[in-house]
Amino acid sequence: MTAAEDTAGSAPRRAALERTRRLPLAIGLPISGAVLVVAIVVSIGTGPIQLSPSTVLGVIWHEILGQGAARPALETTVVMDLRMPRVLFGALSGAALAVSGAALQSLFRNPLADPGIIGVSGGASTGAVAAIVLLPPLTGAAVAWVVPAAAFAGGILATTLIYALARPGMDSGTARLLLVGIAIGSAFAAITGFLTFAADDDDLQTVVFWQMGSLGDLDWMKLAIGTPVILVGVVIMILLSRRLDLLTLGDRQAHHLGLDVSTTRKIVIGTTALLTGTSVAFAGTIGFIGLVVPHIVRLICGPAHRGVLPMSAVIGALLIVVADTLSRTVAPPAEVPIGLFTAIMGAPFFLMLVLRSRTVRL
Amino acid sequence: MSAQTGARVGAAAADGLTAGTEAAGAPAPGTTGAEPWIRVERAGFAIGGAVLLQDVEFSASGGELVALVGPNGAGKSTLLSLLSGDQRPTSGRVLLDGRPTADWPAKALARRRSVMTQHHSQAFSFTVHEAAAMGRAPHPVGPDDDALIERCLREADVDALAGRDVTTLSGGELARTVFARVLAQDAQVVLLDEPTAALDLHHQEVLMARARELAQEGRCVLVVLHDLTLAARCSDRIAMFDGGRLVALGPPEDVLTPDRIREVYRHEVAVLEHPTSGRPLVVPL
Repeated sequence: MTAAEDTAGSAPRRAALERTRRLPLAIGLPISGAVLVVAIVVSIGTGPIQLSPSTVLGVIWHEILGQGAARPALETTVVMDLRMPRVLFGALSGAALAVSGAALQSLFRNPLADPGIIGVSGGASTGAVAAIVLLPPLTGAAVAWVVPAAAFAGGILATTLIYALARPGMDSGTARLLLVGIAIGSAFAAITGFLTFAADDDDLQTVVFWQMGSLGDLDWMKLAIGTPVILVGVVIMILLSRRLDLLTLGDRQAHHLGLDVSTTRKIVIGTTALLTGTSVAFAGTIGFIGLVVPHIVRLICGPAHRGVLPMSAVIGALLIVVADTLSRTVAPPAEVPIGLFTAIMGAPFFLMLVLRSRTVRL
Repeated sequence: MSAQTGARVGAAAADGLTAGTEAAGAPAPGTTGAEPWIRVERAGFAIGGAVLLQDVEFSASGGELVALVGPNGAGKSTLLSLLSGDQRPTSGRVLLDGRPTADWPAKALARRRSVMTQHHSQAFSFTVHEAAAMGRAPHPVGPDDDALIERCLREADVDALAGRDVTTLSGGELARTVFARVLAQDAQVVLLDEPTAALDLHHQEVLMARARELAQEGRCVLVVLHDLTLAARCSDRIAMFDGGRLVALGPPEDVLTPDRIREVYRHEVAVLEHPTSGRPLVVPL
């Protein structure tokens, strides 16, 4: 929506603020999308066994598209079984978290809102840690799904609880939802802390790793479960773009412009819970993405959700793929938890953008 | 009474309260003589023990501009929020086209009435153009939208600011942007809550002139105003509120008497006659 900007220029005051510079979506999306694809290929090639991008592409070419010559078994295993699922899920998870964060910041009209605010991450942590600490050591197939299932259940439970208590469908507004969310979040954090305190050494390591986020356990099965949920959630959210634009004006004003506020709120919260719950269930709590990415995107291409949501999805995915690559390469063969890298990369970038921008208000 | 059955279809709530005002004629809402567009019946609103509005009887239709005046806390904004459908009256009824405003589906209501609230926060850096274009939200996208939005930006005198980030605007500039959005919404019932509060003299005149035009185009315009002289100059009728009650309703010269203003505002005033228009000029003493 830059068509009218050319008419600006007559007001004498604050001439420097006359126009807001924005990157058009038609340019930003293809560029960031291309960078994401490159990052994914490089990330798949990176690790204890280093593979060139052409090798990675060769394996994918043969294994997925059935073209070209077969690559050596080791390369095929590394690409297809070890790295591709985690990298792809990492990208999806980044998209899910960033899109959720963008939607919640608009819903609450609060720049500090992130998926944590509706309790999903906190509840999921509690669910996962409870499963790790309280259940006997898991064996066999149960390892793959018990903790994710407990995490997902915990996340949805927490959101449902917050929602039932705050009843945002009534006319109580978003402020109450925010406060109830904070209270329930603290309660879940306390339970998680208590369980962590009570954990034995082996469990503790798993707990810590899970809480800081890890893509190490991803396989094709989890990818197959998570992908459709996240894709559907992101598409639903993008379809809500215009409604989210209106919500940024305030509940009353949105209603004056024809928005059914309480219904929209329910859909946004439900979709966010699904997106974040799925991400957390398989990858643990990866912080900072949901908070920072939408801000970065808004500073680049403006606050309209038609642009913010798809761009957030791509940039969120990119940030996680890069963080995951770093987490596997700084201290090989050990993996540093990915959440540390999202924070380390996100914080300075975010700070730089905030300090440089003329308008800090969002 | 032959039109009675026809009228019931569109306005089941019409009940007989205003029966006797010309039963003949088509029951099309809005045509004078038929069901008024806006009908407030003994409406009251109380919250947490405080009675903000009581026993208000009021109706308005297309083609007129009604100014709602009264001291702070008199109930003007409360009535406006009931008319907007934001809240349900705690007693009585507030009807738009015969249907309680709070029962209207949000989108249908937004096509019928637009609202300019007293406070408008802009937390996100939309451009002025984008913010005004949101007025089109309740309508299906049409080929003339761009031209319409451009026109509304010009009418609110924010076309020169179209590319500006709304979070950098002054209070008056933001108010004009919101007015542009209200114009873009293109509703037949226009509710403005102190639209001129933040505006300079020139823009106050521009906005009220446009509001008058809206009424002349056949729309129903309700404006909360504090400036009694401005209200007298622009309105067809003035509704004066005091302590949650509607204390006077009628043409400006009937409502704005020195005695009534002294009683309601607890302040001495002189009411002069405008040398050319003959409208009342209210001068505080």
